[in-house]
Amino acid sequence: MVSIAGITGVILFLEIRDSLYMPPADHGSQKVAPWNDPKVRSVVFQFVALITLGYFFYTIFQNTLANMERRGITTGFAFLGNEAGFGILMSLIPYDETYTYGRTFFVGLLNTVLVAGFGIVLATVIGFIIGVARLSNNWLIAKAAMVYIEVLRNIPLLLQIFFWYFAVLQALPSPRQSIAFGGIFHLNNRGLYFPSPIPEAGFSYVIWTLVVAVIGVIWLRRWARRRQEITGQQFPVVWVSIALIVGAPLLVFALTGAPLAWDHPSLQRFSFGGGGRMIPEFMALLWALTMYTAAFIAEIVRAGIQSVSHGQTEAARALGLRNSPTLRLVIIPQSLRVIIPPLTSQYLNLTKNSSLATAIGYPDLVSVFMGTTLNQTGQAVEIVGMTMAVYLTISLLISMFMNAYNKKIALTER
Amino acid sequence: MTDLEHPSLAPPVSSVGIVGWMRQNLFSTPLNAGLTLLAVGLIYFLLVPLFEWAVWNADWRGSDQSDCTSGGACWVFIRARLDLFIYGFFPTSEYWRVDVVFALLAVLIVPQFFDRFPRKGWIGLFTLIGFPIIVYFLMMGGSFGLEPVETGKWGGLILTLVLAFVGIVAALPIGIVLALGRRSTMPVIRTICICFIELWRGVPLISVLFMASVMLPLFLPEGVNFDKLLRALIGIVLFQSAYMAEVIRGGLQAIPKGQYEAARALGLGYWKSMSLIILPQALKLVIPGVVNTFIALFKDTTLVLIIGLLDILASVQSAIVDPAWRNVSTEGYLFAAFSFWVFCFSISRYSQALERKLQTGYSR
Repeated sequence: MVSIAGITGVILFLEIRDSLYMPPADHGSQKVAPWNDPKVRSVVFQFVALITLGYFFYTIFQNTLANMERRGITTGFAFLGNEAGFGILMSLIPYDETYTYGRTFFVGLLNTVLVAGFGIVLATVIGFIIGVARLSNNWLIAKAAMVYIEVLRNIPLLLQIFFWYFAVLQALPSPRQSIAFGGIFHLNNRGLYFPSPIPEAGFSYVIWTLVVAVIGVIWLRRWARRRQEITGQQFPVVWVSIALIVGAPLLVFALTGAPLAWDHPSLQRFSFGGGGRMIPEFMALLWALTMYTAAFIAEIVRAGIQSVSHGQTEAARALGLRNSPTLRLVIIPQSLRVIIPPLTSQYLNLTKNSSLATAIGYPDLVSVFMGTTLNQTGQAVEIVGMTMAVYLTISLLISMFMNAYNKKIALTER
Repeated sequence: MTDLEHPSLAPPVSSVGIVGWMRQNLFSTPLNAGLTLLAVGLIYFLLVPLFEWAVWNADWRGSDQSDCTSGGACWVFIRARLDLFIYGFFPTSEYWRVDVVFALLAVLIVPQFFDRFPRKGWIGLFTLIGFPIIVYFLMMGGSFGLEPVETGKWGGLILTLVLAFVGIVAALPIGIVLALGRRSTMPVIRTICICFIELWRGVPLISVLFMASVMLPLFLPEGVNFDKLLRALIGIVLFQSAYMAEVIRGGLQAIPKGQYEAARALGLGYWKSMSLIILPQALKLVIPGVVNTFIALFKDTTLVLIIGLLDILASVQSAIVDPAWRNVSTEGYLFAAFSFWVFCFSISRYSQALERKLQTGYSR
């Protein structure tokens, strides 16, 4: 809340400064009564608005203080240092009941970021595939993609999350009868169990090779582009890049004697032990978010591709470009300009929608912090304020990043 | 000169009719043929069991769990609990009041689908302003000799409709004011509007609903309290008005500058030029956007179940966990999904038709 007030103050200051620099309007020689002068009016009006708003916030502030005092709630952020005393289903950082309320905030935040990050990547991939399928000249594929889009985007996301969680994942067999995929993955109503990798001595060499390969590829691309600009000769960047990024680490992996062991999950008395486990709450939430957002992204992709006129394809053909370069150099760059802005708002929507986790108990920020922690401490104002500030920050970060990308690919008119 | 006119030959069988269509649309290339076969296989393995489960083997008649014996879908469950899904916990003797609301809504909506219905605009205006007032008195009761029904008993489909309708009707005027404010030349007003809009657009609806249900009671002076439905509505309206403002701002930006200048040249002040010149054009432009916002809101109303209101999804959820029925979750969710789908899909098709119609009106 304090940060919001601060930002508001800064914006206000800049706006007022700008307005003062505006050249004064020329009213001619005619004298205007002060109550008819637009400048005076606007100053008075703004002053009244500011006073009203200030009074509104002051009243709310006073009421809140009085109400909290009556309920015996102390204001301030001191509660963040107290022991939480409740367990959390899933945590990316070490956590148990003895950690503080402040720690629950970070556990929830990381879980939100995890599901939103995976969701954005998966939804983009699936959305692009379905959007392209929607434009396929195969009638059946195009219609199937259309049905997918029209069904999924017209059903509330919460309902889809419930469906996957309660009707599908909870209905899976118990651990004893779990469904095995090649004896490696085990799916049951407790979640998906998978082998987790255990790096042994020497595995760090593989990681370092990968880092070096990525840096090498970046350098290679620059070099190839410069060479093409100077000499016109092309270099098979894509194939060499793939060879570097995939091949080099694999080679080092083989040379160091495959220093990686797998911890396979195994059935114990009541459930699986060892290996990694993906909880059903996470699976249901991720799956529903991905499928739902992919339907919207597919429509965006379709509109973007259709916005590039057919003349562009014909012009590219006339220049002698083959199918793949036409797509890569002519169609996709132009359609991305149409795709990126709405895609950004879909990413924002997905991140905000991940808060629906609270309905099925996936421990995200809203569920852990605004749910359990709020219920235990009663610090409504601080907790709701902190949670909202986090979402505002994530929104601003994503839109800043996407705006920068958008600017980079925007049309540069001569 | 001899006339060498030959009757034209019929096109080859392989390029017309069903065969030609299939060659062109399903098997034009080997890749396409493979994709088609893959799709046919998938559809076969997905749709055939689904059809068997949902239609062929389903139980349609009966009154309780014991009538669901065939192993297919148990539609008996939906039939038995339909009253809960539509009316919530509204008293059975007062169902007719909800029915009147549904009937009135249908009567008011129908003219909007015809191009030249007499007084169509006035009916639309009445739907937005007069209708909610009638619904309020009808549903709340307590006057005109109607038995009062507390809002805690509202639920099911009618609650979903009330939330969506009030949300859109209240958010529209607030959104217009915010959009005008955001384009104002007065720095204080503009800043306030930008902060309001970006704040609500940046946070998820759940946190707004949480805020409305947990924080709002703290903000109010002692002794003043809103009921749960009103608190949820306040949250929804605040949230929705920010989105509405952005939609309307798009319309305002699409009006050419000449219109603003012409209005000023006619000597119109700010409010007159806005209400007589700019807004009528801008609002017409954004009708599709407003309808899309309405669809989003309609789907978002399901979130109120998290703060404990019994909308259609929540009533389905409560019926599913009822121990009198077992393994009916899929049927329940499919029913709820179908209800939402019918509403949202038809509204979106209506919006698309509207968009096409309005577009032709603007092409010169």
